[in-house]
Amino acid sequence: MANLKTSEKKTKAQSMGLHTEVLTGKTQQKFFNPDEAENFYYWGTYDVDFNKRTDLDVKDLDCKEANRKIDDLMSQGYGTIVIKNPQGKHSLGVGILNKLNLIFEGSLGYFGVGSIDGPTVRINGRVGWSCAENMMAGKVVIEKNAGSCFGAAIRGGDLICKGSVGARTGIDQKGGTIIIGGDAGAFTGFMMQRGRIIILGDVGINLGDSMYDGTIYVGGKIGSFGSDAVESPMTKSDMDWLKRKLKVAEIGENFDMSKMTKVVAGKKLWNYDALEPTEKKGAI
Amino acid sequence: MCGIAGLIHRGKSSNVGSELQQMLQALKHRGPDSTGYALYAENDGKNFIMRFKVGENVGEGSTSVNEDASVYDERKKLVDQMLKELGANIVKDEKLTPYSYRYEMQFDKDLMEFSKKIESINGVEILSIGKSLELIKDLGDAAAVSERYGLGDVKGTHAIGHARMATESGVDIKSAHPFWGYPFSDVSVVHNGQLTNYWNNRRVLENKGMRFMSECDSELIAVYLAEKMRNGATLEEGMKDSLTGLDGVFTYFVATKDSLGMAKDTMAAKPLVLYESDDLVAMGSEEIAIRSILPQEIDTYDPFDGEVKVWRI
Repeated sequence: MANLKTSEKKTKAQSMGLHTEVLTGKTQQKFFNPDEAENFYYWGTYDVDFNKRTDLDVKDLDCKEANRKIDDLMSQGYGTIVIKNPQGKHSLGVGILNKLNLIFEGSLGYFGVGSIDGPTVRINGRVGWSCAENMMAGKVVIEKNAGSCFGAAIRGGDLICKGSVGARTGIDQKGGTIIIGGDAGAFTGFMMQRGRIIILGDVGINLGDSMYDGTIYVGGKIGSFGSDAVESPMTKSDMDWLKRKLKVAEIGENFDMSKMTKVVAGKKLWNYDALEPTEKKGAI
Repeated sequence: MCGIAGLIHRGKSSNVGSELQQMLQALKHRGPDSTGYALYAENDGKNFIMRFKVGENVGEGSTSVNEDASVYDERKKLVDQMLKELGANIVKDEKLTPYSYRYEMQFDKDLMEFSKKIESINGVEILSIGKSLELIKDLGDAAAVSERYGLGDVKGTHAIGHARMATESGVDIKSAHPFWGYPFSDVSVVHNGQLTNYWNNRRVLENKGMRFMSECDSELIAVYLAEKMRNGATLEEGMKDSLTGLDGVFTYFVATKDSLGMAKDTMAAKPLVLYESDDLVAMGSEEIAIRSILPQEIDTYDPFDGEVKVWRI
């Protein structure tokens, strides 16, 4: 585990739950050096022109064929792609690592737009389980409902569902923001580590169960708190941030912030230590 | 993994055999081992329909013991003899495969005692008894089973089905879904998930006189609900009790002569997508099952954890 060195300077960001630790652990040093040029290049990315637009009907394509077709179109410079007749197919629009306007005219099945880094996606329907899993950056807007494990393990970006979502929304979330216009199911924010979840409606049982960190805002009723999830006072910074975020997300702009409950980790389950596994072994 | 699908037409009949086949075929990747249908068909409602098997489908790869077809014929004769002794009047009998039969019969006594007697014949299992329920299950995918039993033209009001990936028990018909809600006519259950208190519940229910024909954990749901209803609970009450009485992860459907219900465990660990309109409710483990019969753009949703819903025709 990385060694967490906490800055002593209290900032406005910290008061809102943001973090300023510097990761200095050996794992980080060994596997990710931000100074290395190779870390700035993504294989399989394209320069696209947003004004170059095309439609793609995937009615008779399976998910692999459809995804290859999207890749082909991006390689030709198309920056706005409208997918017709997705009809609940699984794993559509996954692994897109560049800027792109991607519009789905219909619903997606499981694992839609997973592992993306950069595109702006609009889905004019519903999505199944694990939508946008592992998203790194970008924006995904779902007009209707979403299934369980919505935004599992996302690292960044904005993930917005205007309807209701299933269970375990934001499970293992590591960054970014998830916004839900309706209700959310059980175990929302389960084991989340960073980032924020905003739910304008009600939420089910075990909210924030075993969360390490991050913040959950709930506008409606809470079924129950999970292990180590605790209520925290709403600050002006929270309200300002929420107002701005909801406005940008075009959802709940006029929501009454006084109804919001802020939920954070009680940190009683924290059991970090400063030693790397190999160092620990030596010490023992 | 397993895939489940169900639909109910409200206020009218439809070609439920063909519709369920399409839904289950779309879920084939979730369970290729066996497929089962519980169709609530347009029968006249006067006679009981009993579907039973006298052996297993070893030819298609059943893990059961291989038996000679002459053994099956001998068992069938014993069933006929027993039916006479019990006072059942056979109106029509059909041999569907070398190991399975469909009888239409008149009978007005206790179904539990009746079933016990029939199933006391070695190797015989009643798959279902009902006045509208047609329960068919066999090895193979949805299209293969539908073709084998001629289900494409079956009309009715509602249906549930199952595409099975065998995990807890063998690849055979006795472990395939749906399960009949013995001893109630017209009750069937399909399940996706794993039950972790199967043996505890089974011991208790067997002591109360209920019967288990397989070692498939899903059979527990059918027996559990049947036992609740036997003691006066409504279907909905039984289903709500099951949320705490059954341990593990589950999404299941239960159907009766005039209703269709779904229940989801409190962890919401198993998927379910639901479409609901004034005249049709369709649901399945994945949206593609619903899309196979409703290709137009529709609104669907996931029921929440611990949710129980029942619809009537």
